[in-house]
Amino acid sequence: MAKIATREAYGEALAELGEEIKDIVVLDADLSKSTKTTVFAKKFPERFFNVGIAEQNLMGTAAGLATCGKIPFASTFAVFACGRAFEQIRNSICYPNLNVKIAATHAGITVGEDGATHQSIEDIALMRSLPNMTVISPADAVETKKAVRAAAMLKGPVYLRLGRHPVETIFDDSYEFEVGKGVVLRDGKDVALIATGIMVGESLKAAEILARDGIEAMVVNIHTIKPIDEEVLLKAAECKAVVTAEEHSIIGGLGSAVAEVLIEKKPVLIKRVGIRDVFGMSGKPEELMKAYGITAEDIVNAAKSLILSYK
Amino acid sequence: MLKKEELVHLQEMAKKIRCHIIEMIAEAGSGHPGGSLSCTDILVALYFHEMRIDPSNPNWQDRDRFVLSKGHAAPALYAVLAEKGYFPMEELKTLRKTGSMLQGHPDMKKTPGVDMTTGSLGQGLSAANGMAIAGKLDGKDYRVYVLLGDGELEEGQVWEAAMAAAHYKLDNLTAFVDHNGLQIDGSITDVMSPEIIEEKFKAFGWHVIDINGHDFEEIINAIEQAKKMKGKPTVIVANTVKGKGVPYMENQVDWHGKAPTKEQAQEALKALIG
Repeated sequence: MAKIATREAYGEALAELGEEIKDIVVLDADLSKSTKTTVFAKKFPERFFNVGIAEQNLMGTAAGLATCGKIPFASTFAVFACGRAFEQIRNSICYPNLNVKIAATHAGITVGEDGATHQSIEDIALMRSLPNMTVISPADAVETKKAVRAAAMLKGPVYLRLGRHPVETIFDDSYEFEVGKGVVLRDGKDVALIATGIMVGESLKAAEILARDGIEAMVVNIHTIKPIDEEVLLKAAECKAVVTAEEHSIIGGLGSAVAEVLIEKKPVLIKRVGIRDVFGMSGKPEELMKAYGITAEDIVNAAKSLILSYK
Repeated sequence: MLKKEELVHLQEMAKKIRCHIIEMIAEAGSGHPGGSLSCTDILVALYFHEMRIDPSNPNWQDRDRFVLSKGHAAPALYAVLAEKGYFPMEELKTLRKTGSMLQGHPDMKKTPGVDMTTGSLGQGLSAANGMAIAGKLDGKDYRVYVLLGDGELEEGQVWEAAMAAAHYKLDNLTAFVDHNGLQIDGSITDVMSPEIIEEKFKAFGWHVIDINGHDFEEIINAIEQAKKMKGKPTVIVANTVKGKGVPYMENQVDWHGKAPTKEQAQEALKALIG
């Protein structure tokens, strides 16, 4: 299967949707070649606005456009969107519940060589803490395309978390995407692997490895971290243990969101696979995933240690 | 030239608005009288002379827009909106109270007539840019007005937006700077000088007009000039007096964010009504 980065799929989806939905306008902050909004820009130059290296103004301008009925997609790297412009997203977009889509690329450590300053590991935590915000983190190119469309159709602010690094395609075009609805990709009873973004592919690999040792792992794709699908989480918690997997800090991300639901409704042993409260560094994406302990193997180890502890 | 009757009407309305501001803030027990009183005449000129609006249809797509970037002057905006009939006058008494449609800072989802949620300084010009761009995209002839504080110009985002407004040639956008010279911690030139404001905007590619922000003739002439300007946004630097109209508040930094007592309010109203 060909590997495609979710940012590539985003660029294509946006250009396709632009044809159909004339109210879509796209804003970028001098990273259009990297975020792939340049595909839209070439097709619809009059609806594309490069605001320069000015993320605060990026978000504020998008908010103003939304008050006039436009559907703005504002793109830059995740660390600048959610970090630099956090308060603009909070006060100018989420508080007035404006119809702005923040499509941020270069999330997580698989940004690679650019290093820690450009690797966003806290964006899910920041965005899901905001009332009115929907947070979507697609697993592959197919899911990204469907998520972009769904985001455009949804009224209100949406944060789309996209990656730079090419990842294997998991879904085919018949895949049905619904905001807020988790997807069970594999059934199992011994442990549930709950993942988001590029860690969904790693979890599927981990389930294969576990199967070889006779461990039946359920795999759940949580593409929408907010609002989170409680129903699917409760189903997953019927397994005796849960492992969460994300390319994000273990503080405030998917692991936290899952734990928040299960601790109140169905306490179960949980291990969180993610970045363990440290910053990233430069390196090749695959090497960084190993160095920070977010590979299929790390998910396998977490699952096994949990199973040992309940046996 | 303004007709004499209209000038008198605007002056009377400004007096009324200033009285509302004092009463509202006194009733609320907190709020920002100084900067509300300094921008009153600008708001009155916009809402009672200039802007194309329909209070019975606050979301009319072709309306002129107004963004109060210095959101703490909300009492001035609320008083103007109530006098225009966007909501009943009695609401003014509920300012800042639990459950009120009149929040401490403007909230477009709660208050009819408020075009943008503001209050965190520095964010209004960006939103106004977005509205002006949308107007151009849609071929609409509405105009966008935004009011900034002079202390607010210390926020970096203002200059990101100022750069963008000139870059996109937003001649359907007019900004006012309420240049009253004071911010919470003191004189703007002592705290962190944004001067020379006119020169800065000029350097950013704006058409700049300097006026007395309490003279209706000057305010309205400047707006007319801005409407004629093609290819550039206009900023009207309005020189104002913080606390204007209430002698004991005028040019007093302490009245930036403090409510008058009942007695002080009475004294203020007496001075305003004259």
